[in-house]
Amino acid sequence: MKIVVLVKQVPDTEWERKLEPATGLLDRLTGENVADEINERALEVALRYKDSHKGTEVVVLSMGPASTTKALRKALSMGADSAVHILDDALAGADVGWTAEVLAAALKDSSFDLVIAGNESTDGRGGVVPAMVAEHLGLPFLGSLNSAEISEQSVSGERRGEVGTLTAHASLPAVVSVTERSAEARFANFKGIMMAKRKPLATVSLRDLGVDPAALAGTGRSVVMTASQRPARTAGKKIIDEGNAGIELAEFLVAGRLI
Amino acid sequence: MSNVLVFIEISSTGKISNTAPALLAAAAKLGTPVAVVATAPGAGAGLTDELGALGAARIYVGESDAVGTLLVSPQLEALSAAAAALEPAAVLVSNSVDGREVAARLAVRTRGGLIADAVDVRSDDGKIIATHSAFGGAYTVESTVEAGLPILTIRQGAIEDQASPAAPEVTTVSLAVDAHNSAVIDEVNDPVVDSERPELRGAAKVVSGGRGLGSKEKFVLVEQLADALGAAVGASRAAVDAGYVPQTSQVGQTGVTVSPQLYVALGISGAIQHRAGMQTAKTIVAINKDADAPIFDVADFGIVGDVFTVVPQLIDAIEARAN
Ligand SMILES: Cc1cc2nc3c(=O)[nH]c(=O)nc-3n(C[C@H](O)[C@H](O)[C@H](O)COP(=O)(O)OP(=O)(O)OC[C@H]3O[C@@H](n4cnc5c(N)ncnc54)[C@H](O)[C@@H]3O)c2cc1C
Repeated sequence: MKIVVLVKQVPDTEWERKLEPATGLLDRLTGENVADEINERALEVALRYKDSHKGTEVVVLSMGPASTTKALRKALSMGADSAVHILDDALAGADVGWTAEVLAAALKDSSFDLVIAGNESTDGRGGVVPAMVAEHLGLPFLGSLNSAEISEQSVSGERRGEVGTLTAHASLPAVVSVTERSAEARFANFKGIMMAKRKPLATVSLRDLGVDPAALAGTGRSVVMTASQRPARTAGKKIIDEGNAGIELAEFLVAGRLI
Repeated sequence: MSNVLVFIEISSTGKISNTAPALLAAAAKLGTPVAVVATAPGAGAGLTDELGALGAARIYVGESDAVGTLLVSPQLEALSAAAAALEPAAVLVSNSVDGREVAARLAVRTRGGLIADAVDVRSDDGKIIATHSAFGGAYTVESTVEAGLPILTIRQGAIEDQASPAAPEVTTVSLAVDAHNSAVIDEVNDPVVDSERPELRGAAKVVSGGRGLGSKEKFVLVEQLADALGAAVGASRAAVDAGYVPQTSQVGQTGVTVSPQLYVALGISGAIQHRAGMQTAKTIVAINKDADAPIFDVADFGIVGDVFTVVPQLIDAIEARAN
């Protein structure tokens, strides 16, 4: 079984995240850039299958700027076998559509059985790339899985819904995405970190993938027109409960016509 | 005016999703709202009156036996068929689990441009412009589509308008759905909704509880205050992880984004990922034992105290006032 896990580098949510006012694009320079937490869960789902099924190959795939190698090395240190990094200047400002088209081009000839992605990134929150990749490849898509059960022929699991859940399955090859209710990611240990240094990490360009940048430009693309920062909130009144804070709060709510 | 397609989600019990009014209202701002639904053969007729009342000028019904068994594929086929037949100026879809997948796949099929998670839309000289609230409301961003059919997913609860009623013209087509490249539904587990409480998304008041509530049993305190205020119930991720409440109640970065008149945070530390889902609330109240909890940085009224003493007193005061 060959499993490809899609990884995205995002700004760490522990820090204030910024957009560049002129372009509306993500400011990747301030703050830490990390592999999105949800991708580590996706990788965990793959690694758990690998743990119990010898001979499973796990590849991590990411499209992103040069700094993305850090997120890929982390995935290798957690236990992925190899990594592929799609890096090309022509991809600056790529939207979800371009991203999916390029990822699909990289997956097309890689004879995988299963692609696992996170259900939504913490920066764009679009939650659409995995389904777009599936459509490009003409494969079933099973999205937003709270749990994923992988077998030789199929993948199944509990899918998050708006009010409840449902269980569903798809035959392989397929693309799935997992939610933050899925597998809690393992930590990379020292041995893993040392081994990761020797694992293959291939960097490929659009030309390597046979994607013509001019053809990409013919696909509809969403672009940011303006981005403006809202003023930050400031703290208001803070009291220490000395026995009647509940009553004071009720008075505050009355004054604000909230009750 | 040009057609604007609206994908209408139908629940497992045949009900029109509560996202429909806002989507049809948004479509009415851009052109002629066309409701697109996928139903089992014969089931579409029962939806006409309700969709008309919500402002659908036209209804495009795609019928297939696969509705309810193949995951999202019949819905995608219905929307694809409508897009091919009606030359729409835009397609609006809810930013829901199903909606996103339909929008994503349709964008690839039509080589359209996909705009995800818009909180508002407008048309400027025929150009469709979406507004987004990025990074938990820290930024307001406007975007548009450079080429191709604009396909937009609209954040749930973000648009409150309603379109004026119409007498819709109904077109019914039969869909060919390819089971080969589709996931298959085995079982639907939708809970029986037993609550009179407002829904979290779009609620005017929200009371949320965190790990500080300590247990599922004690989380009832959050529900009691919510009921006294007529508020929806929310939670932090830690409270969801601990099993106090279902995932659908999670507020924050990876949960629901709310923007109510009043947000009350009980026993929530105010991690940046939680604040990302609630910091655009008009008024924020926080009760926390720890005077240094970051939730106080965004609170209009903060109480350093124990939720188990402050909240019962607050509920008594609210009830005394009501009588
Ligand atoms: C990628 C990512 C995404 C995330 N997404 C989300 C998200 O969507 N939503 C979210 O909420 N979190 C999210 N988190 C988690 C977030 O970082 C915090 O861990 C979480 O919000 C903490 O929840 P909490 O405030 O309930 O728990 P804690 O941080 O443990 O805080 C509990 C608080 O309760 C107080 N307390 C305890 N007992 C009492 C009492 N009797 N009376 C009053 N106060 C009391 C304590 O002082 C403490 O401040 C995310 C994290 C990551 C990494």
